[in-house]
Amino acid sequence: MRQSKIGKKIGLYSVLALGALVSLFPFYWAAIGATNESGKMFSKPPVLTPGEKLAENVQNLNASIDIGKVMFNSLFIAIVYTVLSLLICSMAAYAFAKFRFKGRNIIFGIFLLSMMVPYHATIIPLFKMMAGFGWLNTYQAVILPNLAYPFAIFLMRQNMLAFPTSLIEAARIDGSGEWKIFFKIVLPSMKPALAATAIFLFLYQWNSFLWPLIALSSNDMYTFPVALSSLFGLSRIDYGQVMAGVTIATIPIIIFFLALQRQFISGMLGSAVK
Amino acid sequence: MKSKTYIPYLFIAPAVILFSIFMLYPIISSLILSFQTGQGANLTFVGLDNYKRLLSDEIFHTALKNTFILLIIQVPIMVLLALVLASLLNSALLRMKGFFRVTFFLPAVTSLVAYSIIFSIMLMNDGVVNQLLTSLGFKAIPWLNDPFWAKASLIIAMTWRWVGYNMVIYLAGLQNIPEELYEAASMDGASRVRQFFAITIPQLKPVILFTVVLSTIGTLQLFDEPFVLTKGGPSDATLTIGMYLYQTGFRFFDFGYASTIAYVIVVLIAIMTFIQFKITGDQE
Repeated sequence: MRQSKIGKKIGLYSVLALGALVSLFPFYWAAIGATNESGKMFSKPPVLTPGEKLAENVQNLNASIDIGKVMFNSLFIAIVYTVLSLLICSMAAYAFAKFRFKGRNIIFGIFLLSMMVPYHATIIPLFKMMAGFGWLNTYQAVILPNLAYPFAIFLMRQNMLAFPTSLIEAARIDGSGEWKIFFKIVLPSMKPALAATAIFLFLYQWNSFLWPLIALSSNDMYTFPVALSSLFGLSRIDYGQVMAGVTIATIPIIIFFLALQRQFISGMLGSAVK
Repeated sequence: MKSKTYIPYLFIAPAVILFSIFMLYPIISSLILSFQTGQGANLTFVGLDNYKRLLSDEIFHTALKNTFILLIIQVPIMVLLALVLASLLNSALLRMKGFFRVTFFLPAVTSLVAYSIIFSIMLMNDGVVNQLLTSLGFKAIPWLNDPFWAKASLIIAMTWRWVGYNMVIYLAGLQNIPEELYEAASMDGASRVRQFFAITIPQLKPVILFTVVLSTIGTLQLFDEPFVLTKGGPSDATLTIGMYLYQTGFRFFDFGYASTIAYVIVVLIAIMTFIQFKITGDQE
């Protein structure tokens, strides 16, 4: 009945290696596609090695969607959003964690409850509102709606609960102002939580699709997901070009992920897991 | 130190103001809109007419059915696969755990649009997946042109994207299961498979519930993947509620009816979450 340990090991590694192959292949395929002619992706047998058309594909891509502008839009929106949201959510989280005040539990409860409401239930009034402000097709239309992100507030609050209240009180007795206590004492000790939350917010915004698709209407304002989907929706698709776009949009995130794995994983899982 | 009672309000003010304008107001406004009809700004109250219209709307029924088929098939497959991978990765025999963990997690980092495009190209009739199948002696599969296979394509793609994410959550949960449980089971002669079903799954129940609730909420709102990967087709076979909402609101500009669909999603999520807690929550 008993298998040998070596047999078990071989079985284990083969299953996991197959899984790893399945996990990685689509990335490899996209990168290969980006370096080959459009038709090569469908030739028999399929071309599995890099070709020499990368420059050409990128050029064609740049002619269809201004890559520099799209990259700028995506980065600008995601970075401004992350910084502002991190600040706003940490401030609120600090009050919820370290102050007692009237309405605290009710307000916090409403934030938590809203996490159950799907984003779909807000987009139509949001669209009408943005149209009313004359803000359709602007950066603020994409950045503003989710700045107060309940989940980020929740995350930061959980981390701030553990911060010693005695330190805050000692600083008060020393005569430090409330803002100084928050920015100079509390926030600096929250770096791991801030990093995880920042990654969560950045990825959320960088990958966000439905709302930017609705709010942004001209090529020069598109973020990567919207630009890529518009490219992919054309009647004649140049696959080399599309794969170049997908690769360019994906590589920065992968590098970022590989460099900051721990923070990334705890950010994406909402620090539910350490 | 009780003098400045207004301080906490200053700290929560930006969040509360932004939240009220961009979240609370839209949620309420959407509910009101769901009882109205008309194009653009000319809206009139029609009571429950929109909700009645849903009952006889064939396309909506199709979207509802598709969404639930995806939900009922995709979530269990993904959860089981993630559990198996997590158990394998937790094996004492394994080296390079870090490598496998990162590799399996990698898909979860890619944007939904980007991976949907890659899968769409891989699954085309003369795409790389079919070439692999035919070279192994199988028949080519009409992945995107057949109602059944189009759903299968979505399920495969979504499973690829989310398995590693769930696996990492389970891995963390596995660390909390006492080793003695497995040792005792081994002594009693329970096989690995038996231990998986008798120890791992029951012990991870709260974690599994958490991931199932998250996946259910996500699937009920599914939009990006069918929009890009299958474009809802063929003949509405992969049209989801989320896509139908988008079409109604932003292709036909029927804001009232679209809001009604949005509230159906709200209600469905509430019901599904409640049921899942009811089913599994008795012991806690």
